[in-house]
Amino acid sequence: MVHFTTEEKAAVANLWAKVNVEVVGGESLARLPIFCPWTQSFCDSFGNLCTESAIMGNPKVKAHSRKVLNSFRNASKHMDDLKGTFADLSELHCDKLHVDPENLRLLGNMILIVLATHFSKEFTPQMQAAWQKLTNAVASALAHKYH
Amino acid sequence: MVLAPADRAAVLALWRKLGTNVGIYTTEALERTFVAFPSSKTYFLHLNLSPGSAQVRAHGQKVANALILAVNHLDDLPRTLSYLRELHTHKLRVDPVFFKLLCHCLLVTLARHYPGDFSPNMHASLVRFLNHVISALAPSSG
Repeated sequence: MVHFTTEEKAAVANLWAKVNVEVVGGESLARLPIFCPWTQSFCDSFGNLCTESAIMGNPKVKAHSRKVLNSFRNASKHMDDLKGTFADLSELHCDKLHVDPENLRLLGNMILIVLATHFSKEFTPQMQAAWQKLTNAVASALAHKYH
Repeated sequence: MVLAPADRAAVLALWRKLGTNVGIYTTEALERTFVAFPSSKTYFLHLNLSPGSAQVRAHGQKVANALILAVNHLDDLPRTLSYLRELHTHKLRVDPVFFKLLCHCLLVTLARHYPGDFSPNMHASLVRFLNHVISALAPSSG
């Protein structure tokens, strides 16, 4: 189990209060198909993902990104039990969605990059470290039920 | 391995903007790597790693010099960086994973300082450039 210090929890909560879920989520998820073309196979039902502007304007990408970021927001409120919190989603990602867990870690890194663009002043090395720990722990929790 | 023309143009354009500040950003990237990935400090135990350290700044400038060299020799990175490959592989024995962590922290640093320039396409071009550099530095880095 990953242990988060009081300072790390406070840092994550502090930044979450300022995050626009739709904007950060949309920009994070939109980077995946460009950064990792193989992830496009998971989004065949999403429609046009051919260009950066098509991805950024795609309503299904926006809707899914809200879902993903809200899931992260939930994670930030249950940092002491991420495996339990993500048990159902872990089974979903393994059994139904067949997502390579490496892509979950990559998405976490996308979120960090997008947060850095939006919160330049707040995203100190310590803030990055707290969020890095959270995204890595979420990726691990999501991969926990894989078999 | 050759960088596509669009990626080359994007990286060169950003590098022109960075100007003489590359060392500042690579130093910040190093500091971020040490804080976010503490095991990375194992390669630098001979240095004073406290925040603002002149020794970390000096090493940051070495990293900057290597990246500037790479940007100016995109057609032949393996030959250009061969002495660094030799150094990091055989003398310093650096796990290639460390290069990926440092590059991730460099991307975070640049995203922070140049948010308006850090579109998904620029991000992707930088990643492809840095992957070329890692490939030139580390054998079988994947």
